[in-house]
Amino acid sequence: MSADDHRDPDALLREVEAAERAARRGQLKIFLGYASGVGKSFRLFDEGRRRHERGEDVVIAAAQPDVAPEVEQVIRTLEIIPTQQVGGVPVIDVPCVLARHPQVCLVDGLAYDNPPGRRHQRRYEDVEDLLDAGVSVLTTINLEYIREQQEFVRGVVGTTKTETVPQEFIDRADEVVVVDAPPEATTGIEAQQLSQLRQRALLLTADVVDRQLEQYLRLHAVQQSWGTQERILVCMTPRANAARMLASGRRNADRFHGELFAIYVMQENLTAEDMMALERNVTLARAAAARVETLRGKDPIRTILDYARQHGITQIFVGHNLRRTWRSRLGGTPLDQLIRQAEGMDVRVFPQ
Amino acid sequence: MFLGYAAGVGKTYQMLSEARTLADAGVDLVIGYFEPHGRKETIALSDGLETIPRKVIEYRGAAFEEMDTDAILRRHPQVAVVDEFPHTNVPGSPRLKRWEDVHMLLDAGIDVLTTMNVQHLESLNDQIWHSTGVRVRETIPDWVLKQADEVVMVDLTPRALLNRLARGVVYPPERARAALENFFKESTLVALRELAMRQAAYAVESRLPDEETKPAGEVSVDGLVHRDRLLLVLTADPSSAALIRRGRRVADYLRAECLAVYVSKTGDLAGLGAADREHLERHLNFARGLQIETRILQGADVAEAVVTFARLHGVTQIFVTREKPSALRSWLASAFVQRLVNRARDMQVTVVADRSVRRNA
Repeated sequence: MSADDHRDPDALLREVEAAERAARRGQLKIFLGYASGVGKSFRLFDEGRRRHERGEDVVIAAAQPDVAPEVEQVIRTLEIIPTQQVGGVPVIDVPCVLARHPQVCLVDGLAYDNPPGRRHQRRYEDVEDLLDAGVSVLTTINLEYIREQQEFVRGVVGTTKTETVPQEFIDRADEVVVVDAPPEATTGIEAQQLSQLRQRALLLTADVVDRQLEQYLRLHAVQQSWGTQERILVCMTPRANAARMLASGRRNADRFHGELFAIYVMQENLTAEDMMALERNVTLARAAAARVETLRGKDPIRTILDYARQHGITQIFVGHNLRRTWRSRLGGTPLDQLIRQAEGMDVRVFPQ
Repeated sequence: MFLGYAAGVGKTYQMLSEARTLADAGVDLVIGYFEPHGRKETIALSDGLETIPRKVIEYRGAAFEEMDTDAILRRHPQVAVVDEFPHTNVPGSPRLKRWEDVHMLLDAGIDVLTTMNVQHLESLNDQIWHSTGVRVRETIPDWVLKQADEVVMVDLTPRALLNRLARGVVYPPERARAALENFFKESTLVALRELAMRQAAYAVESRLPDEETKPAGEVSVDGLVHRDRLLLVLTADPSSAALIRRGRRVADYLRAECLAVYVSKTGDLAGLGAADREHLERHLNFARGLQIETRILQGADVAEAVVTFARLHGVTQIFVTREKPSALRSWLASAFVQRLVNRARDMQVTVVADRSVRRNA
């Protein structure tokens, strides 16, 4: 999200329109787990049962072949539109579901590839059709089946999945629920791998929630940061020891599973030497996987603080030679102003 | 620990489901304390599980019910179910907090299943207040949660929770209306939920076996890892409480040690007025309760005394509040920071945000 979105009426209008479109579309709710056996299917069908009992029109469009007895029990209370078996692959009977047009459709297992010759290659695209038709969908997925997580999954368990769902589809869900449970006691190594997957599933859902929170606050024109996620802003100057601040910023961001930003406020009358130092710093910042931006503004401190507020920054890192680098109109030394006005943010001063 | 973010997300339900599974598998299990809140499905789950009757305690002419820890200890099951971990016991109870009762059970070799919401965590207290306007009174020191062998996130989407609230599943109507005005605002729920997920992820990560062996500090040019050590500079000012919470949280995430000091001319609290002295004692106790080692240093120059101590103890980061240290009332906070930085050439100095100020959402 760019800094200017806060004030851009067109962007706001686009979001309102998107919200209206979403109201006509079916709602998508995803139960996300970190491994099989954590109870996603039960949560899915149990919610289906509850909704059915409250009078919603619920059908099952896809179930898993082998289910636990307690899941089987819940499934039996609900109407089922059987999947079609094409060459041993279960495929949602989309025409049949659309003809039946329930309010809510349950799809246990989102990451399936359809056999050749179907309208869509992937099951999630079938789900998209149902949503477009105004049918709400509740579905399940494991972390391992998210496309963008394949590299991470390979690092943890050594293998990857071919039948995947793009992260973007998860992000667009109206609701994502994380289904969490302690790893089943197995061998030490396996338990550790499961813990890594589990941690990633929790963080991934937290990130989805964070984006929703950001959107909510923006739509309601709330100018407040909640600090739910640590966001570190490194303020670079030509003479600051940016390498050290960036290394520390990276490490802190990693420990908190937060985000790292690095900015430079463009100054007039820079020497060639300054420009070179600056370019070096920008390269370092990119290498540290920071979001790097060069800002323009007459008053550097005010520019930094505006940027920090717009991006929900929780910690600002500055070099202690700030005093000699920047003059500000606000009065007092630059560091003094920064500390006084960085409301809700920690200011960390680095020796140079 | 079944960790949630609000009443009604299903913590007790999930805890009792697990209790049933354990009991069905032949585990000797009792309910030590369970708060039904009139929720039918939850009550149904507790049916058939052995319950230890609560203890009635008289206080100011009224009868209060608390968990009967002694009775559970006598019964000595394998597993005890104890709802609402952060609960404060009524005055006259043997222990102040329920988590202290739980520790009694654990010490006796009884496994415990329990529940709490993320907002009860001490180190998040200012952040919760800053964001929601609700000052949570019943808090759990972070180290207590750290001792849990397992932390499980109990998730429900805010939308589903608000539906449950509207249907009267969570609270009776009057209480539901009041709830909607504070913690149950949608944005608040979304934020608390995110905090709970991050806390649960942190709990999983910090229990990974190889966590202890990873380098826990900044790597210097010589390739050496300088283990982080935080030093909190306390004052009598109320902002010191926020400093302690924030310092504790940062230290935990960085796997760093954490110390706190107060600097006085005399090296003790004798020279202080009664009010300041009381505040400082409270801050020092609070820090110790969060397992932060505290010292009172002697020195006329606060910055000098802090830096000397910091260097002697291998401190890498100094944390100060935005308030002026009391011995230097005439100095601007930044001047104090500047003096600290000038002296502590090799340390980072963090001015902790004043999260006690609240902007209205």
